Amino acid sequence: MDATILSWGDSGWGDEFFFATLMTLAVASCSFLLGLVIAIAAAAMKLSKRRSLTFFANVYTTVVRGIPELLVIYLIFYGSSALLMSIANSFFGIDDYIELPVFVMGVICIGLSSGAYSTEVIRGAVQAVPVGTIEAAKAIGMPTFSRFRRILAPQAIRFALPGLGNVWQLTLKETSLISVIGLTEIVRIAQMGAGSEKKPFLFFITGLILFLVLASLSDKGYKFLEAKAEKGVRVN
Amino acid sequence: MDWDIISESVPAIFSALPTTLGLVGSSLLIGFILAVLVALGALQKAWFINRPANLFVYIFRSSPLLIQIFLIYYGSGQFRQELTAVGLWHLFREPWFCAVLALSLNTAAYTAEIIRGGIKSVPLDLLEAGAAIGMKKSQIFRRITFPLAIRQSLPAYGNEVILMVKSSSLASTITIMDVTGVYKEIASEYFSPLEPLLIAGSIYLLINFIATQIIAYFERRLAI
Repeated sequence: MDATILSWGDSGWGDEFFFATLMTLAVASCSFLLGLVIAIAAAAMKLSKRRSLTFFANVYTTVVRGIPELLVIYLIFYGSSALLMSIANSFFGIDDYIELPVFVMGVICIGLSSGAYSTEVIRGAVQAVPVGTIEAAKAIGMPTFSRFRRILAPQAIRFALPGLGNVWQLTLKETSLISVIGLTEIVRIAQMGAGSEKKPFLFFITGLILFLVLASLSDKGYKFLEAKAEKGVRVN
Repeated sequence: MDWDIISESVPAIFSALPTTLGLVGSSLLIGFILAVLVALGALQKAWFINRPANLFVYIFRSSPLLIQIFLIYYGSGQFRQELTAVGLWHLFREPWFCAVLALSLNTAAYTAEIIRGGIKSVPLDLLEAGAAIGMKKSQIFRRITFPLAIRQSLPAYGNEVILMVKSSSLASTITIMDVTGVYKEIASEYFSPLEPLLIAGSIYLLINFIATQIIAYFERRLAI
């Protein structure tokens, strides 16, 4: 009876759900990567000896982890146009209406939030690297960049992987929030389908199952990565 | 910065504070009771008890809360006749009931996992000692396992409480006027989102700060 509703093509929502799932993955990947870039910078700030840098990084992680993501999403949704237009006006003298694409707004919001969680993971991972290995590298005269690339980074990445796996799962789920500003990802498509076909349970349970599938696939993915990173490490 | 918007949004946003606190409080309470039952279920040897408990935890932890809320609030509409027949429709029609139900089930799944970890961390020899002096199974659980498990779980539970305070904001998507709901209304009305954000954001930070202090107090009290 309901099978045709979820079929592929014009009569069903199968293809809509498929592309919505790709959209969810795209937003999640971009946000996670943006988060990683922010996190590496923020973790470096937290670990630096400059008090002011540490302070700013702490404000960032405390505020972003302490207020709801929805507030940040609404802030950027209602505020980014005005901000961009005033910048364009005062620096370039442009008077046009500027609006960020919803995708970009979503990636900024979720990326900021993902970055705050990744910051703590990366900071912890860097601190977990045994000081002795760094000192040994210094002792044999390894230059700073090589020390980072060959000693610090490989070990820190291995320590950070489980935590980053958790952040990825969190990021994947958080992308659902962008549906409130209209990005056509899984939840948005489920809402549209539920509205037009009058079968809300069917559509939302389909969306939920798609998220379960994504979560399970990610789980397999980072188990593989963890195994790879542990190659050549004695595990007792 | 527009001070008029600030002075107008302060009372409006503060008047929504009881709604947010009510959502968080009732969901945490119901969720905690459910979580203890689910954690105990997940630790049972009988598959017909531990499988459903584990499935519940898996579903609610691996999918977004937003879709859980929509599934309960909008999804229940598909079963309107059946729900009316058993006399539950008037509950599922209420956004408040659906929000608290979704938040409770969600936090129950996360908390169950925390409590399960806590129960598993209790050293076996303590339980054997209890059995050796002739305690019954229920006594061992009530007087040894449970208190130790709770103490072990407290730091992780503190994080869960903070996540719940943030998650409660999703109730605004099903028409509940909590702090986020009122914030959104003001932000869209004045098209000036920054000023009310300062107030709404501070409220959430303050709630989280107080929650952290309360958890820290219990951690100190329960420390040996």
